Amino acid sequence: MELVFALVIGALTSSGVYLLLRARTFPVVVGLTLISYGVNLFLFSSGRLTTGGQPILGSTESYSDPLPQALVLTAIVIGFAMTAFVVVLSLRNLADNEDDHVDGRQGERPEKPEQKSEEERSQ
Amino acid sequence: MSLPLVVLLPFLGAIAAPLFAQGGRTAIAIASSVPALIALAALYPNWQVLADGGYVLFHQEWLPALGISLSFRLDGLALLFALLILVIGLLIILYARYYLKPKENIAKFYALLLCFKGSMLGIVMSSNLLLMLIFWEITSLVSFLLISYWTHKQDARRGARMALAVTGGGGLALLAGILIIGNIVGSFELDDVLAAGDQIKAHAMYPVALTLVLLGAFTKSAQFPFHFWLPHAMQAPTPVSAYLHSATMVKAGVFLLARLYPALAGTEQWFYMVSFTGMATLLIGAYIAMFKHDLKGLLAYSTVSHLGLITLLFGMGTQLAAVAAVFHVINHATFKASLFMAAGIIDHETGTRDMRRINGLWRYMPHTATLAMVAASSMAGVPLLNGFLSKEMFFAESLELNLPGLWAWLPPIVATLAGIFAVAYSARFIHDVFFNGKPVDLPVYPPHEPPRYMKIPVEILVFACVMVGMFPAISVGPLLYSAASATLGGEVPDYKLAVIHGLNLPLLMSFVAFFGGLLMYTQRQRFFDFHARFKEIDEKAVFEAVVSRLATFSHELTARIENGSLQRYALLLVLSVIAVAAAPLMNVGIFVGELGLSPVDPPTAIAAGVLIVCALLTAFLHRERFYALVLLSVVGLIVALAFARFSAPDLAMTQLSVEVVTIVLLMLALFYMPSWTPLESTRGQRTRDAFIALIAGIGMTLVTLAMLTQPFTSISDFFLENSKTGGGGTNVVNVILVDFRGFDTLGEITVLAIAALGIYAMLKNTALTPPPGDGMGHPWTRDAHPMMLKQIARPMLPLALMISAFIFLRGHNLPGGGFIAGLITSVALILQYIASGMVWTQERIGIKYHNVIGLGLLFAIIAGAGSLAFGYPFLTSTFGYITWPVVGKFEVASALVFDLGVYLTVIGATLLALVSIGRLSPHSAIKPKKEGV
Repeated sequence: MELVFALVIGALTSSGVYLLLRARTFPVVVGLTLISYGVNLFLFSSGRLTTGGQPILGSTESYSDPLPQALVLTAIVIGFAMTAFVVVLSLRNLADNEDDHVDGRQGERPEKPEQKSEEERSQ
Repeated sequence: MSLPLVVLLPFLGAIAAPLFAQGGRTAIAIASSVPALIALAALYPNWQVLADGGYVLFHQEWLPALGISLSFRLDGLALLFALLILVIGLLIILYARYYLKPKENIAKFYALLLCFKGSMLGIVMSSNLLLMLIFWEITSLVSFLLISYWTHKQDARRGARMALAVTGGGGLALLAGILIIGNIVGSFELDDVLAAGDQIKAHAMYPVALTLVLLGAFTKSAQFPFHFWLPHAMQAPTPVSAYLHSATMVKAGVFLLARLYPALAGTEQWFYMVSFTGMATLLIGAYIAMFKHDLKGLLAYSTVSHLGLITLLFGMGTQLAAVAAVFHVINHATFKASLFMAAGIIDHETGTRDMRRINGLWRYMPHTATLAMVAASSMAGVPLLNGFLSKEMFFAESLELNLPGLWAWLPPIVATLAGIFAVAYSARFIHDVFFNGKPVDLPVYPPHEPPRYMKIPVEILVFACVMVGMFPAISVGPLLYSAASATLGGEVPDYKLAVIHGLNLPLLMSFVAFFGGLLMYTQRQRFFDFHARFKEIDEKAVFEAVVSRLATFSHELTARIENGSLQRYALLLVLSVIAVAAAPLMNVGIFVGELGLSPVDPPTAIAAGVLIVCALLTAFLHRERFYALVLLSVVGLIVALAFARFSAPDLAMTQLSVEVVTIVLLMLALFYMPSWTPLESTRGQRTRDAFIALIAGIGMTLVTLAMLTQPFTSISDFFLENSKTGGGGTNVVNVILVDFRGFDTLGEITVLAIAALGIYAMLKNTALTPPPGDGMGHPWTRDAHPMMLKQIARPMLPLALMISAFIFLRGHNLPGGGFIAGLITSVALILQYIASGMVWTQERIGIKYHNVIGLGLLFAIIAGAGSLAFGYPFLTSTFGYITWPVVGKFEVASALVFDLGVYLTVIGATLLALVSIGRLSPHSAIKPKKEGV
């Protein structure tokens, strides 16, 4: 079980990091979301993996660790707020600069990237 | 109690004095004098204790954990300096009254002067080294402001910056030195440090501590090679030069040498570092002073030279030399302050300070000339004046140094040579200014005597020079004895204050210096010609060049690292994390810990497999943004299932509802963005990134595996035990959120609120036109709000709201609570926006989400503050039971109000964010036709 769980976190991290290193806003946001899934699962698992031990008093014999759960719960909500903030930041950038690159080469591209990509795509 | 008052008074005065600026210069000058007068009165009753060799101590804890205390100490040395600071300060206030022009900012001047006075008193009276350092830094800052008082002058600004850079840098070195000393001794209190002299000197860190402390002292006292800032600080108004740069601030460095004398002096390192620095400064300052055409420049270099003399005396390490050093501090302060004031008067009355133009002033201002000539004679060391006495002691001590072989000749020769220079430049000050023909092309002509009261400070100081010079034992004897005793730690050698000690070698040296100096002055043209052969180094230009080169360098470095590419930052970040984590991971070795692995059940394995495949596919297919989003949502849903599988129902519900909102958000964003990512990176870049990502993933897998298979003890038993009894709820996660860790939650919903408001602010007045189709040739559907969706969505709303209310209320005891209920309500409302459009929905909801956020935070804070009213700490919760008809026994916890705050904030923040994005499109602003109820 532990190995499977670890592999899941590894896969989330790998995909997330790869997307984080892309040059456009959207993949970066998706990558961040994947990484935050991985991080949340990791933090959650610091209370170890328990089956059938929900921390509701009286419902079971032994309980899983409630503390990481409480921490992760707020982390999920704040993670959403941050994702929303980053998305809006990239939208604003799109509105102001008509560009969604994050590779610091804004202004070096003479034409609008969309047009160029459409040509590329049709090839 | 009087000691902290003495230090505090000038600061209070600095606040109060500007109030009198309206009343004119006289009013503010009188108001500024009050603190010093009270301080003098407060110091007076302590004199008897000090005369008996004791000292007065005031101690008040401030930050005991850091060793900082508000402790002040008044002993002979502190008293001597305090008197110099207070008395000369008073004279400066009177002098500045006439020096400053009425239209200048006198309030600022007097306030800064008083601040400076207070911080200087703080340095000399602090009994805690760290406290002293604080005052030390204040003097650096205030002197910066005073030097640049005429802010319109570029030279003044540059001089001030240079002074701040040098003395501020020295202050940092001093801080490090003090920390080392405190570490050796185990205390920063002066009593402990002075008593631990042997311990400090025997310690291995002693040379480091000594070097750092001396760096602090030498920069402050303008010792070679840091002397260059002082002449450039002469751009300050002359009262400032007279006060800071002759009598007080530059003396802080030599004060430090005196203060720490018992703790640090007496070793070879001390001797060589201090005495040779002093010797070099003495000679270089005196030499350059001769060639300065600027009156204040001459005095500045002369000050450098005299500070070198005092340093050299402290460096010699003999007790008599230390006495002479303290004596010279007094003498130099009196004659140099009066000379600066005289120079200021001349500048004031002639409009220039260039000695090539100022000649023959004797005829125009005989009174000032007499005073200046007496003070300058004292500077030269003419008998019957105070400068002569300490210089004689200095000559005598220079003969006593036990240097090996021919080196023994060095100190007396240097001393005599410096004496010759001193006589020469003093002679120049007298002859070139007051005689030597007629004035040349003066901006103000004819010059005349200054106002009566402007001369009084000079007269008082010159009178002191004469009194000390003629009757040293009566005038200054007791004070000097007390100060010397405090410097040396109680043991005072036998010394005699007399005008003439008989015919001896020091007297001979004085004669050589006197006549040599006069000879040199008469032959000055040859020396000027000799000096002119060397290119003069403009320290200011060098300093500015170094500063600008450093600035350019850091700009270039920043530009190279910080190129605006998030890609690169992310890459560096990931690589550094891998690098930092790699080393400890190597040491772990086997990653499966003691607990071993537990078996896997097929459903879990299948779900995990799907998640892994979807996560990897998201990365593979990311260029097709829509597919990536769908895959992402699958990942998110399985994460929610994972929480449910591993006993975290609250997390599963939260993740599920957040997932819905996140996907809606990303879909909305995608509406405005290009729907695919063109291929822009090279194959090499992609391979590299994939490799890095792989390593990161493997690393996380190994870390997780290692963590999961290690035994551990949790602190959660406390929460499990007290959740019901203390928090009144059986859902431990919720009780932790709203009760045990309520303050964290309050912080978190505040972050949520700020993020939402930030989003609103960022998108306000922004318009984004979405592309006409999805980019693959398909236009958007014409039916923006499909009938089916509308018809299903509308009846869903009351149901969803009811469920969220249920989830909210049961949250304290069963999975649920404010976060989850808030998200469910948000999803239900968002569905209405999607189904029926922005305008239709907004009209019917009619609530501003900012207000919902504000209300939510208000509830949370009220719930927290409520407990304060009953005398409990913030956010203490209570609970009770009431019996409702039909429902039965129902539990009411005050935490419920807090949870309500969470609920409202979550709704407000989520909807404000999404509605802000939805409103971006110009379509949403147009009211759709045929859109009925």
